[in-house]
Amino acid sequence: MDPDARKLLKTDWSHLLSILEERTDEMLILAPSLNEKGLVDWARFRAGERPVLERGLPLNSVKRFCFPQPEELFLFSCRPAEPGAFRLQEPARLEKNTVLFGVRPCDARSIELNRLPYEHDPYFNSRLESLMVIGIPCRETCSTCFCTWTGGGPQGTDGMDAAVWEYDEGVVVQLLSEKGEKFFSSLSATLLSREEFESLFASSFGNLSEDVQNPADLMKQKPLLSCYDAPFWQRVADSCINCGVCTFLCPTCYCFDIQDERLGGQGRRIRYWDSCMFPLFTQHASGHNPRGRKVQRVRNRFMHKLKYFPDRFGPLSCVGCGRCIRECPVNIDIREVLRDLLQVPGEESDS
Amino acid sequence: MVSVNKRITEELRAEAGRLLESGEIAAFLGYCRGSLPYAPRPFVARTAKDAERLIWNSFCVINLANYIPGLLQELDSEHGAGDEISGPKVGVVATGCWSRNIVIQIQEQRFTRERVLIIGVSSRGMVDRKRLHSAVDGMEITGIEEEDHIITLMAGGEGIEVPRWNLIRDNCRTCTRPDPVFFDEMIGEPQGERSIAEPFSQVEEIESLTPDERWEWFQQEISSCIRCYACRNACPLCYCSTCFVDDSRPQWVGKSLNATDTALFHILRAFHCAGRCTDCGTCESVCPMGIKMRLLTKKLQKDLLELYDFEPGLDLETPLPLSTYRQDDPDLDIVSEPAEQDGVRPSRKGG
Repeated sequence: MDPDARKLLKTDWSHLLSILEERTDEMLILAPSLNEKGLVDWARFRAGERPVLERGLPLNSVKRFCFPQPEELFLFSCRPAEPGAFRLQEPARLEKNTVLFGVRPCDARSIELNRLPYEHDPYFNSRLESLMVIGIPCRETCSTCFCTWTGGGPQGTDGMDAAVWEYDEGVVVQLLSEKGEKFFSSLSATLLSREEFESLFASSFGNLSEDVQNPADLMKQKPLLSCYDAPFWQRVADSCINCGVCTFLCPTCYCFDIQDERLGGQGRRIRYWDSCMFPLFTQHASGHNPRGRKVQRVRNRFMHKLKYFPDRFGPLSCVGCGRCIRECPVNIDIREVLRDLLQVPGEESDS
Repeated sequence: MVSVNKRITEELRAEAGRLLESGEIAAFLGYCRGSLPYAPRPFVARTAKDAERLIWNSFCVINLANYIPGLLQELDSEHGAGDEISGPKVGVVATGCWSRNIVIQIQEQRFTRERVLIIGVSSRGMVDRKRLHSAVDGMEITGIEEEDHIITLMAGGEGIEVPRWNLIRDNCRTCTRPDPVFFDEMIGEPQGERSIAEPFSQVEEIESLTPDERWEWFQQEISSCIRCYACRNACPLCYCSTCFVDDSRPQWVGKSLNATDTALFHILRAFHCAGRCTDCGTCESVCPMGIKMRLLTKKLQKDLLELYDFEPGLDLETPLPLSTYRQDDPDLDIVSEPAEQDGVRPSRKGG
């Protein structure tokens, strides 16, 4: 929990929700909600409804809010010679800012991790600019949670503009960014001193141990080829059906493909989610596929998250949300793969 | 009293171990324990010692027939390819529907009869994961104890006893052939054919709607699809070397989330399974979004039964009706079927 918040406040739950309710016209506010199939997922927050915060993570991660499926890059005319036709056009951009309420620390941190590869990406960054993340720390963890293995923690605030949590007598609001401060400017709340905050925090979360490990540095020291040639990949691939459940539900899988879609005289260039589990991901125009076998594709997904990404950017490309474990049809568990990779013998520095 | 599934587990371990030890088979396809109590993992045993890890319980929802062609390919590369008949052999555990899928695979020349050794097990019905979670009101399930008629779910610190049948999947509830129809050896007792009063009641319910209502049902049902293709990849019938959704020249279907594209995917996927689907229910079991796409193939199964009096995969000899022409095939009046709505008959325009 970030004690370096710009402001620490306490208020009550219904007043906090009324601030959200006031903004539902000017902003798109999304919160976890039960869908028609009884599953928790992101949905438009409606006045009078209480977000579903006690039933674990929403099925879908927050990545689609900065990396939508699909992103329209531009529009084009297929008949530019016709009078009045345009050649290229900017697609309509979001008119409203988006507010995500009830984002768990793992999901919020995923936004920070995705910023690394998308540092210079105008589409990602413009969406991020108009996105406001109100997080909620976790009081308990599920058996599929492992944020503390990936450098995060159940009360982490990375990627949040504000964090809110209930205590016995009300709600604590931590304002963590300028956006957060602005959003809650009309909140009538009592200012908390650092000491008051810390004692409320300790009484609310004190019993949760937060032994954060970050194996990213260990993974960086592992020799690339020994990881690549490790014997366990075939075993993982034996179970895998190469579907896209893990990659599409993963908050930090950010790979895309680009395509033109035409309808009548107009078209759009889109970038859309791709999955390294799919053979088409690496299919060459020549017909050759450097990852033609299932075992190669399975290996790539984990090597990217646990080795290539830390080698290039520092942290693991994983926040330990556990969606891939929970939803994998064949129970492939990234924690086992991480454990196996950490067993790969290191190497004396030869540089 | 040892439960049925525990006895099957013991015998399966012993028999698979013996077959691997004697070299009759090069690998055995079954399930081992997974990292979550409700998710056993499809598993390839390559040694007699591996076979000790095999398990059998009510959570084996993935149709293992799907893995056979890929595993045979792997074995060919591990052991050196033999010919189509004498190449290394795969042993597999198979229930009624799985064994029928193996029959279809042999009929469709995915592999030869000689290369599989089928250990049949009568299915007592497999558990629906969504039913499981709603039985404990979405609480996390930390452990499961299974007896023949009661399943005890550990959730919220207590054991909740649920009648096993209440948790069973829709397809298993309406299954008439739980016993394997095609096998080399059988473990456990057969149950005989079951008579089901209304095997197609779920389909009939939708058939009774107006076309508009049916379309609305379908659109709503698939609205949360994320196009992860788990339903396709888990299906033993889906093996086109390039799936129509992956074709790019010509491109039949858009790649991102669009209601028409998603609808097209689901409709075409179902039609590709017509006359071949054994209602194993894997597509529905693996869907992370809880989409009931199985009802589409169930409808086709009903049509097949009505039109051709045919159930797929019962023996190697009977040809599949939709890939064979017979003079007495039902003459479907598809083109001129009156589709009158509001008294207006849709006209067919040329071009």
